[in-house]
Amino acid sequence: MKSKWWLIALLSCLAVASLSPLASSSPDGLERVAEDKGFIGLVQEAPFQVIADYIFPGMGNEAVATILAGIIGTVILFGVVYGIAWLLVSRKRKLA
Amino acid sequence: MSAGGVGNAVRIANKKLGEKQVPLMGVLAAFIFAAQMLNFPIAGGTSGHLIGAALAAILLGPWASVLIMSCVLIAQCLIFQDGGLLALGANIFNMGIVASFSGYYLYRLATLLLGNNRRGKLIGSFIGAWGSVILASIVCAIELAVSGASPIGVVLPAMAGLHALIGIGEGLITGAVLSLVLATRPDLLQLQRI
Repeated sequence: MKSKWWLIALLSCLAVASLSPLASSSPDGLERVAEDKGFIGLVQEAPFQVIADYIFPGMGNEAVATILAGIIGTVILFGVVYGIAWLLVSRKRKLA
Repeated sequence: MSAGGVGNAVRIANKKLGEKQVPLMGVLAAFIFAAQMLNFPIAGGTSGHLIGAALAAILLGPWASVLIMSCVLIAQCLIFQDGGLLALGANIFNMGIVASFSGYYLYRLATLLLGNNRRGKLIGSFIGAWGSVILASIVCAIELAVSGASPIGVVLPAMAGLHALIGIGEGLITGAVLSLVLATRPDLLQLQRI
């Protein structure tokens, strides 16, 4: 059980991601300064869109789309970083 | 500069990373992504969200934190169109490198002065997290000024002032997570820092 602590931790992260529709939609610190000081206009649109603005495309309910985007991102980041760290460690083991 | 920093982070992690750190790396990346989505309101119709670099640096060390932050920022940029492709290098520099190292060394300094006990660690994590947000926002303001977006006398006080408030949120979340780790898995804090 002790070795599976990260499973509990990952589930907690998914729970945090599920709260994302409750997040404040006010501009964040940088966006607020950019608006107030008049340089928000320098922002360029992204050349492509995958899950833009944390809303999973093609869903009717925005809250559900946001939760889905959050869960996908959380799982991807766990997988990618776990994978990179595992690769670094296993490569070292082979060299040793 | 950011590419060099990330390359160095990979090299150092390659040398020092142990098996025990692998799941913690993954969990921290997942947590930082999820928590960065949760904007909390601060004064005057503005919100802030966690960076998470100080937390990762306190638990795993600054280079491991640079690695985690880079992965989070790259994913946000490529999948969620947040942060921007052209600003990715600057974002990795500010929230990856600057925030990780400032958070880590402020925490180390605080635990040195206050004692490396539970109280010292928690206060140190708040100071480290708060300082990391302020410093990252100051570096960001300098970059904005150099790139000609806004004069330094305007953008620096605006950024630092707002982020002094946002940093309080960062400090509280970092302290809360650290106290949770201390209560459930204190052994994770005994791991070698990278």
